[in-house]
Amino acid sequence: MTVSYDNSKSIFEGIKAAGIRSISALPETWLGLLLQRAEDDPDVSLIQVAREEEAVGVAAGAWFAGEPHVLLMQNHGFLAAINGIVSLAQLYHVPLCMLIALRGHWGEPYPWHTRGGTVTEEVLRALSIPFEYARDPATVGRRIQEAWTLSQSSLYPVALLLTRDLMEG
Amino acid sequence: MDRAQCLEMIYPELEDKLVVTIMGACAQELYDLGHRENFFYLQHAMGLASSIGLGLAQHLPHERVVVLDGDGSVLMNLGTLATLARYPAPNLVHVVFDNGSLLSTGGFDTHTTSGVTDLAAIARGAGLEHVSAVGTPMEFGEAFIEAMERDALSVIVAKVRATGPDHYGMDLHLPENAFRFKRFIEERKRARRPDAVAPPSA
Repeated sequence: MTVSYDNSKSIFEGIKAAGIRSISALPETWLGLLLQRAEDDPDVSLIQVAREEEAVGVAAGAWFAGEPHVLLMQNHGFLAAINGIVSLAQLYHVPLCMLIALRGHWGEPYPWHTRGGTVTEEVLRALSIPFEYARDPATVGRRIQEAWTLSQSSLYPVALLLTRDLMEG
Repeated sequence: MDRAQCLEMIYPELEDKLVVTIMGACAQELYDLGHRENFFYLQHAMGLASSIGLGLAQHLPHERVVVLDGDGSVLMNLGTLATLARYPAPNLVHVVFDNGSLLSTGGFDTHTTSGVTDLAAIARGAGLEHVSAVGTPMEFGEAFIEAMERDALSVIVAKVRATGPDHYGMDLHLPENAFRFKRFIEERKRARRPDAVAPPSA
């Protein structure tokens, strides 16, 4: 199955509809089309990092600057970013609105993703990070808005898990 | 030379800049020179000070951002040098105090001790254009002035002794620092608007 062009568009439009124009990201297959839109959009500031933990720092900088911001990464990238999430974001009450591509979950054909897919939700729970699943392009815009709103009111990281249903729909 | 000596030299320049510093000795030395609301002390998340600096610089083109970093921290996030090179914010100065030591967590040698690893070379190799490696107060002062005047991202790797303060303590809670730093930036933005109205005096 290939990554959904239309659903990537819906996600990008959802990000913009939530008032967000600043993104930090580390690309992966499911996020490719989405990030292409961000790169091509002159109104959007996109910083592609070398390692996902950097995105937490960039997001904190955007927060201090008063700029609404979203982080895009794969779930293994989330695992790579944990120390930044805990000892920068959580420690200093910096909100993070994270859109996380959920690989290694139901329907995963690639063996290398499966361990990460098994532990992602447990790690999110262990860090008390609220999370929801984005499965439907018709409601993904609302999910992004809700994730954003909760991150701002709680001054805490929030994760929206981008599922196979949505990304390969 | 000592980091504290370098900080004292550039302190007058830091007074109106947005400053992000790494934890421990560096944070304490800056704090002891005089805490200001435009200083953010990243007391953990080693490696991320420069990432925060990039996020700030990207979204605040009218501000100058100075990151006070360390060799241990940069080694923990070497990718930052590539990311800075890819998005070279012209209003960002990245100072790396290289004391060859993880001083604030026990004084262990890092990879830069005895010249094994050359951070300035890595920075240049990462694609950063304006990289100075300095070892004396005069060189440091000159490099910093040039960086301040240059309208391009600058990196200064300063070799310093592994020394630190003889006391630690700030009258500032971590989240308090974050909140007040953010408010400072907000106020500055507000004051910069053409329709800005001065807040009522107390």
